[in-house]
Amino acid sequence: MSANLSAILYLVSGVLFILALRGLSSPETSRQGNLFGIIGMIIAVTVTFLSVGNFSSGFIYVLIFLAIGGSIGAFIAYRIPMTAMPELVAGFHSLVGLAAVFVAISAFINPAAFNLGTPGNIKLASLIEMAIGAAVGAITFSGSVIAFLKLQGIMSGAPITFKGQHLLNALLLILIVILTIYLCSTQSSNLFWILIAVSFLIGFLIIIPIGGADMPVVISMLNSYSGWAAAGIGFTLENTALIITGALVGSSGAILSYIMCKGMNRSFFNVILGGFGATDQTTGGQSKEQRPVKSGNADDAAFLMKNASSVIIVPGYGMAVAQAQHALREMVDTLKKNDIKVSYAIHPVAGRMPGHMNVLLAEANVPYDEVFELEEINNDFANADVAFVIGANDVTNPVAKTDPQSPIYGMPVLDVEKCKSVLFVKRSLSPGYAGIDNDLFYKENTLMLFADAKKMTEDITKNL
Amino acid sequence: MEIDPFIFRLSIFILSIFVGYYVVWSVTPSLHTPLMSVTNAISSVIIVGAIIAALSGGDGVVFSSSSIYGFLAIILAAVNIFGGFLVTQRMLAMYKKKKKDK
Repeated sequence: MSANLSAILYLVSGVLFILALRGLSSPETSRQGNLFGIIGMIIAVTVTFLSVGNFSSGFIYVLIFLAIGGSIGAFIAYRIPMTAMPELVAGFHSLVGLAAVFVAISAFINPAAFNLGTPGNIKLASLIEMAIGAAVGAITFSGSVIAFLKLQGIMSGAPITFKGQHLLNALLLILIVILTIYLCSTQSSNLFWILIAVSFLIGFLIIIPIGGADMPVVISMLNSYSGWAAAGIGFTLENTALIITGALVGSSGAILSYIMCKGMNRSFFNVILGGFGATDQTTGGQSKEQRPVKSGNADDAAFLMKNASSVIIVPGYGMAVAQAQHALREMVDTLKKNDIKVSYAIHPVAGRMPGHMNVLLAEANVPYDEVFELEEINNDFANADVAFVIGANDVTNPVAKTDPQSPIYGMPVLDVEKCKSVLFVKRSLSPGYAGIDNDLFYKENTLMLFADAKKMTEDITKNL
Repeated sequence: MEIDPFIFRLSIFILSIFVGYYVVWSVTPSLHTPLMSVTNAISSVIIVGAIIAALSGGDGVVFSSSSIYGFLAIILAAVNIFGGFLVTQRMLAMYKKKKKDK
């Protein structure tokens, strides 16, 4: 296949990837968008086979390995519970990162196959691109592995910090730049291996100080990194499809990180430098005075809701942990039968990744036009009769609006306290991830329902 | 004077960042999780490089020191491609509109 024709076809697959993302602007067009993405991928892979034109025994092995990877991927995709999406995405990011490292290593060992020169005499530009691709890929890999372990609960979600951490990271980053420069002048393979090793280390060090509550930012950031790694490799291979895709994914992840940071009213650097939560425990201790709370049972909750004309549900990560989304939908169905208007309010950082709550509600057959974002629904709380907070905490804390001393001051929160009454499902009075007490617990119109979210929701349904 | 082909690639790269910027801002927040899984899948187009690497052994040699890395990368990228697109499809199939029932 001529080089020009394959270049054009790679461009076509790049355009199809753009359309795949474009499709996600509404749920109706999204499925078609996904199809465009699949077609783009098929084109890219086919063109590659045709342009390499090597259908010897190696080709059979490529197909075998493709089938092995593909079946593992398909198996995971069908088996994974929707609550585990954050872990899955983090895991997938690590694979992209590692694949980028492997491709860069292969290109370094055998540059002739990629048209980049001969070993020890690789074109300068290609060498720089290769080094960037490998370094970013390695950072994505080890960072995602740590994120995966933290999300999976294998590693504690608490931030791991030590003295001189930022200085060490900065030194390692400088070391990467120096290594790249030396690599370019010496073409030494040892330097290339050291570069990759240092990059693995830095990915690890960047993610360990970031706490569990900041995971939405971390996942988005690693999403962005995986894109930049792909783009770096795309430059090495002089491949348009990879360059376009890398840029798309890179900017997508960056935008998502920005949205997540804004949802927490924190600067990106504040999140990256980490240690949030660890410093706030002191403030949590001092305000330990016993304030009275009203607590109730499923019967009281059912009574309140039965007499309401509109209810707003505020789901959070706790709902996912308790797997309460299906029970919740059954409760809502019963409410609707009694002609009660129900809508859902979703905070941008609810859950452990962007849009996580929406997927869980969709899984429980909640129609997406009943689910609203913070800005869309926040004014409705004042007119609603009951707010049902299930598994959310910090995102409802009125302190963010009233107390400039609070670490979450300025964070956009749902105006839950404006409702006539608030039902708050929670296992205990313990503070949320930010480590601060929620003022909402002590409000006159709040009724605490101390129980497991799923069990409580089922009990309420029975009592309705 | 001829323009270095690198400049063309750089232009494509920069323009794609802008395309990505505007396209992603128009993605509805409720689909942000599928957005992440689908970007995951498409970034695995890095399999293109993996295939070239895997077939780099030349005639008769299937597993050379460089092609082994290619084969490993193929497995990783394939997990991602199939896993990413399928899980996205699974998620998107769940997004339903309210039924018009009276």
